[in-house]
Amino acid sequence: MSATLSVSTEDGATVLRFTGRMDAAGIAGIWTQTMRAAAEPHEGALVADLAGVALCDTAGATLLLGAEARHGGPIGLRGQEAGLDTLLDRLRRAPPPPQPTPAPGWTFTSLARLGLRAAGGGIAYLGEVAVALAMAPSRRRMLRLSDLLRTADEAGVRAVPLILMLGFLIGLILAFQSAVPLQRFGAEIFVANLVSVSLLRELGPLLTAVILAGRTGSAFAAEIGTMKVNEEIAAIRTLGLDPMTMLVLPRLLAALLVMPALTLLMDASGIAGMSVVMQALGYSPDAIAIQIRQTVALGDLFGGLFKAMMFGAAVAAIGCRCGLAAGNGPRAVGQAATGAVVGGIVAMVLLDGVFAVLFYLLGW
Amino acid sequence: MALDGPVLEVRDVAQSFSTEGFGTRLIYEHVSFSVTAGEVFVILGGSGCGKSTLMKQIIGLLPPTAGSVRVLGHDMYPGDDRGDVLTRIGVMFQSGALFGSMTLLENVMLPLQMHTDLPEEARVALARAKLGLVGLADSTELLPAEISGGMAKRAAIARALALDPPLLFLDEPSAGLDPVTSAGLDQLILDLRDILRATFVVVTHELASILAIADRCLMLDRGAHGVIALGDPRALRDGSDDPRVRAFFRREAA
Repeated sequence: MSATLSVSTEDGATVLRFTGRMDAAGIAGIWTQTMRAAAEPHEGALVADLAGVALCDTAGATLLLGAEARHGGPIGLRGQEAGLDTLLDRLRRAPPPPQPTPAPGWTFTSLARLGLRAAGGGIAYLGEVAVALAMAPSRRRMLRLSDLLRTADEAGVRAVPLILMLGFLIGLILAFQSAVPLQRFGAEIFVANLVSVSLLRELGPLLTAVILAGRTGSAFAAEIGTMKVNEEIAAIRTLGLDPMTMLVLPRLLAALLVMPALTLLMDASGIAGMSVVMQALGYSPDAIAIQIRQTVALGDLFGGLFKAMMFGAAVAAIGCRCGLAAGNGPRAVGQAATGAVVGGIVAMVLLDGVFAVLFYLLGW
Repeated sequence: MALDGPVLEVRDVAQSFSTEGFGTRLIYEHVSFSVTAGEVFVILGGSGCGKSTLMKQIIGLLPPTAGSVRVLGHDMYPGDDRGDVLTRIGVMFQSGALFGSMTLLENVMLPLQMHTDLPEEARVALARAKLGLVGLADSTELLPAEISGGMAKRAAIARALALDPPLLFLDEPSAGLDPVTSAGLDQLILDLRDILRATFVVVTHELASILAIADRCLMLDRGAHGVIALGDPRALRDGSDDPRVRAFFRREAA
């Protein structure tokens, strides 16, 4: 039964007469009406008559306090149940809500300080990784082999089917897309050169690293972020152990180890995909092999594998860093995982640019 | 809402979990009790005796292996009208279980938003009032990650109180709180019982709290796989024949 309100005047006082149930559902229909009635200027006192009220809980009491605030002074009560005065007293005792402090506006200095702090944090993290690597021989006990193998299994072995499937399809698509324009010049045979060079030098390492960032970098961030939220990182520190050696190094080393293997599989399956298209165009496997051998040098393959290792290290390091820098709460873990994927992909593209210049200067 | 008969009836409830591999692990069996309106009923016992499991069964989250649960006159299992019952009970989970992406105010406002037609201004006022009741009037705009464990528990109580339910379930409300806050919380429970005639079912093993608030209590025991005591906690403390009950109330090592 919803509450009802009727307003009348008795001996100069304005009387708000309530009936029915004054609970959260009951007062929904009379809230606005009550506030409006209480806010109107009154010559005499404002009285709430609750004699016809079946129940008045905190929702009803909040309504009366709201009316009191609109009225600008105390309102008289009559016909109320004994407990209501105690409840109103309890609610009145709560301090008023804090005034929201306006957020400081962005200035050039605050932005610069923020950027410097982020850059400083990144450099400090790299330094910590370097120190952990240098100290690893003396901290052999902290560097747990089982952790490294588990991570290598999750990041590497379990990614093999995905890598093989994507590599094959990408080789197939690349070959097909390039065969169509090259056919106009009667140069389909060069599809083998094009696809094998682009796969071995660029696409193989890049795509493998993108998969690593999506599968593994985010998992590192989520796992370490959850450990941070659960205060496991603090526990590691208070046990006199180093989280960099215990958590970051095994993941970093695992990524360094599995990336060349995964990239090699990506290259091989891509070339297999390309071969399928080439054979469909009428070229024999021998002809394809000769084309590849003429174009691709071992340096291309090893350059690509080296790049893949560096991409893997970057993805793992950024994933772990995002986890370690996570804030509190489940939202922070999600943000850390997103940061790991975005940061990993951006870092690998930047690194790829650096390698492109470096390889050009070295004449590879 | 006046209800003839008990607000909560638990009849011959049992719970066992299948263990990995073979067999089942019995937690408790033959648990029966009822709670009348306006009572503060405490479920107590040592760690691992199934207190929280029993509460989960009562609030409809875990079907019992055997037995029946009636809340506010409705069967919770199979529970065709459980949705209706759930809007008339309030539950505070052990960890607080606040929604991490919402401020405390938004956490308390959520049930009001979902189950009433109150205007926004009224929802805010009501949520502020509930947070004020548990002493968090100055923390309404904080996120759960920004507050202490004790504050999170109190905010969870405020959320459980949002719709002023006639029956409230609190799982370990005072665990991990300082004695002053804990005593304040006990007083709040008693006040709400007196003012709103609300019924409380509280799971706890805080002795001081049990003696301060409980009208009656039920004691579960891990070894006995069931109830070993039911009644007024003060009477049990002073006159129980069971050595396990005496040891619990006198804080003696078993």
